[in-house]
Amino acid sequence: MTATETSPAGASAGAFGQRLLRKEDARLLTGEGRFVDDLQIPGALWMAMVRSPFAHARIRSIDTGAAAAMPGVRAVLTGADLAGAWAAPMPCAWPVTDDMKAPDHFPVAQGKACYVGDIVAVVVAESRYQAADAVDAVVVDYDPLDPVVDLEDAAGDRVVIHDGLGTNRSYTWTLSPDPEAVDRAFADATHTVSERYVQQRLIPVAMEPRGVVAIPAPHGGELTVYSATQIPHILKVMIAATCAVPEHKVRVIAPAVGGGFGSKLDVYAEELIAVAVARRLGVPTRWTEGRSENAVATIQGRGQIQHMELAADAEGKVTAVRANLTADMGAYLQLATPGIPLLGAFLYHGVYDVPAYHFECTGVFTNLTPTDAYRGAGRPEATYALERAMDALARAVGVDGAEIRRRNYIAPDKFPYESIAGLTYDSGNYEPTLDRALELVGYDDLRAEQRRRREAGETRHLGIGLATYVEMCGLAPSRVLASLNYGAGGWEAATVRVLPTGTVQVVSGTSPHGQGHETTWAQIVADRLGIDPDAIEVLHSDTAISPIGLDTYGSRSLPVGGVAVAMATDEVIAKARTIAAHQLECAEDDLELVDGELRVRGTPAKAMTLQAVAMEAFTAHNLPDGVDPNLTAQVTYDPPNFVFPFGTHVAVVEVDEDTGRVELLDYAAVDDCGPQVNPMIVEGQLHGGIVQGAAQALWEEAVYDDDGNLRNPSLIDYCVPSAAEVPNIKLDHTVTPSPTNALGVKGIGEAGTIGSAPTVINAIVDALSPLGITDIAMPATPERVWAAIRDARSTQSGTGEGAS
Amino acid sequence: MEITLSVNGQERTSDVEPRRLLVHHLRDDLGLTGTNIGCDTSSCGACTVLVDGESVKSCTVLAVQVDGREITTIEGLAAAATGDGAAGEMHPVQQAFHTQHGLQCGFCTPGMVMAAVSLLQENPHPSEQDVRLGLEGNLCRCTGYHNIVRAVLTAAGEEVSA
Repeated sequence: MTATETSPAGASAGAFGQRLLRKEDARLLTGEGRFVDDLQIPGALWMAMVRSPFAHARIRSIDTGAAAAMPGVRAVLTGADLAGAWAAPMPCAWPVTDDMKAPDHFPVAQGKACYVGDIVAVVVAESRYQAADAVDAVVVDYDPLDPVVDLEDAAGDRVVIHDGLGTNRSYTWTLSPDPEAVDRAFADATHTVSERYVQQRLIPVAMEPRGVVAIPAPHGGELTVYSATQIPHILKVMIAATCAVPEHKVRVIAPAVGGGFGSKLDVYAEELIAVAVARRLGVPTRWTEGRSENAVATIQGRGQIQHMELAADAEGKVTAVRANLTADMGAYLQLATPGIPLLGAFLYHGVYDVPAYHFECTGVFTNLTPTDAYRGAGRPEATYALERAMDALARAVGVDGAEIRRRNYIAPDKFPYESIAGLTYDSGNYEPTLDRALELVGYDDLRAEQRRRREAGETRHLGIGLATYVEMCGLAPSRVLASLNYGAGGWEAATVRVLPTGTVQVVSGTSPHGQGHETTWAQIVADRLGIDPDAIEVLHSDTAISPIGLDTYGSRSLPVGGVAVAMATDEVIAKARTIAAHQLECAEDDLELVDGELRVRGTPAKAMTLQAVAMEAFTAHNLPDGVDPNLTAQVTYDPPNFVFPFGTHVAVVEVDEDTGRVELLDYAAVDDCGPQVNPMIVEGQLHGGIVQGAAQALWEEAVYDDDGNLRNPSLIDYCVPSAAEVPNIKLDHTVTPSPTNALGVKGIGEAGTIGSAPTVINAIVDALSPLGITDIAMPATPERVWAAIRDARSTQSGTGEGAS
Repeated sequence: MEITLSVNGQERTSDVEPRRLLVHHLRDDLGLTGTNIGCDTSSCGACTVLVDGESVKSCTVLAVQVDGREITTIEGLAAAATGDGAAGEMHPVQQAFHTQHGLQCGFCTPGMVMAAVSLLQENPHPSEQDVRLGLEGNLCRCTGYHNIVRAVLTAAGEEVSA
């Protein structure tokens, strides 16, 4: 496959593949879009949370009297007050092993607070200012306990956080198809690499903080919940399960949602508290998160220590991978917390053809904010460890980073590829993405310039880093999820209905929050029906309108939800054909669908527009026997496999030896997600994803002190990059369709983030390698880089990296 | 305290608490919810509006401080550009964000657009670097800024590279 190949399987050259401008834009550009906090709900009470200032403390007593007496305050509720509201603890849907240890986790802490930010009481007042005022008047008597902050310390059980569990180790999960083969490969290796990497904790920082409104109907029994969530459908089920509300009475709506990146793929305490308080008081109840509150109250990402080992022969051909992880769960298990590191478990050999494999991960509790999905979820961590280690191997073998990769790529004729970790990679052709990415940055010229600077003894070092990734996304085949102990399926639903006047409604179970499904789903349908995308409206994110769905995360929307839309469209076409054949008195096979019209082949005058067919279906005056009076189809699609997008990224950095400052000079990415429904949107996903991954490499880290206090909860101190810090990004792509779905498509939402962190760090290490520097921890802040240079200069030799 | 603001060309008189933030006044009292709140430290710029034509982070200003001033929010931007409020009209900067795919989730967008309008008033022909530095006070998590920068350059009538 090459960059010029574009032929989406099963689609004609219509709306599919066009750079169609987004249907979503006008309302968002004019202030008409409604986010949760924008909703005007008459009579709604405002909640504010009283949060623990201690990472680990017993709650001796809570005095709510003074707060309750303050102006506008309607209730102050503690964990004990709300204990009766919960039918079950907060859900963890992914018990990864049969013996996984999980503490009961209730929305308001009872007896003990386990991280700074843990909710210990709730203030309910008539205005948001009054609620905030009263928080300070709630007096909580804490008995501080020894906090567990360091991950390796936590694993040692010096202090056990959850008394009933007896240990901080939640689980150990192993994937080791043939341990002896791994041992043999290491024993026989010419080169081995042994590296330790730290995946720092990250704050996701969706620009819209979270928010929720729960609106009860005390007499009718219904409950409507608006939430800034990625998962309205899953949230509906979980509200029913945890708050004992009959599920058929619950409606969840995700209105405009201002980004998620995994952080809104969760069931949160505040959502359940809003439901409980609204039902208790019988009035609408709402809460909007503050930014500094978000830093501790919303899940964080990453948080792993990785031990990564490679064995290789004399030419640098990798013969075994051994990866051992310690993963920070935080204080409790949120919806998917324990499973997140395991989404990378299969990918520690990535794009390379490796015959022996061992992966092990231990999940550990700490007194910190719970972790969960953050853009890429397990796959960026795997790619980082592997691509860093491949560069270490290249240094050990004495070849260029590009060359070590070429020697190890899975050959294009091996697809579908049965991986040692047990996956079947659907399709791939990796080397062309490397070739093109190197071409985009002018690789040979850059190496020449790098040599020139080194020989001249310049103090502004040039570094070129690269990484090739493959990821598994399109979550997910339900049976595979069952084998991983995940508590739900991975299918997605779609309904396509042609209305009597000929316009079309598409109902999707996905829940977009920036991805542009209203545009791309319309393109898929328009392409197949041969009509104008503007005649199509996509409905989503409201469980009353779209009752069936599993929402948006894990780069699943297109390869699962979009494929379901295509399949439902095809069923509508089949039904239209039946009705039209009856009307036109011809055989169904004689009909062709051209430009929204069913025409009899060879007799173009004999035709019916889709609109006429829809009207026939609506009047039902003359339908064939057994045909329902509608032009509607609903499909629920369970994918047979994950999809496996891939690509190669190259970063060019300049490192100032005197200041430690790293400047990102250039960045190129060549990605392959199969046929692109809308290249403009694909590029947008990549731009944002690349910057988010580069931000992990260069700027972002949730920094905690020894007491478990987050030192940088505001956007003053937590360095989300601005436009001034990032370069333009050069993109190109190849097209290798997936053979496993009707559109040939693969997901692209996480790919940029997966590729970019190792690419940037590899570039920095490359820049500093003449000084003997082989590792810079993330984020590579000027201080950290400067210190590494100082240390390297003072020892006048390399730090060593365990390579032999 | 009673204050009177000119908001998107209309006189609006209200009785507000002295501590009320301008952004809460606009959103909760006047119903202009297009202006968003993304942080609590004046870092993200989602709340950017124009006060007497200049961009201001409305989470850092008390409503009483702008008594008697002219405020333009995202809801009034098209009218400010075209002289009327015809439905469906967009300001050239809004239009450029649309054509250049300068928004995804759209939460930072109103503030980003207002900051860009102000930037282009000060510097009608910015370089790419001028735009990047000029928008430093507005954060976006979706776009990586690539297409935002292109949108602002497009609105300015400048050549944009791929």
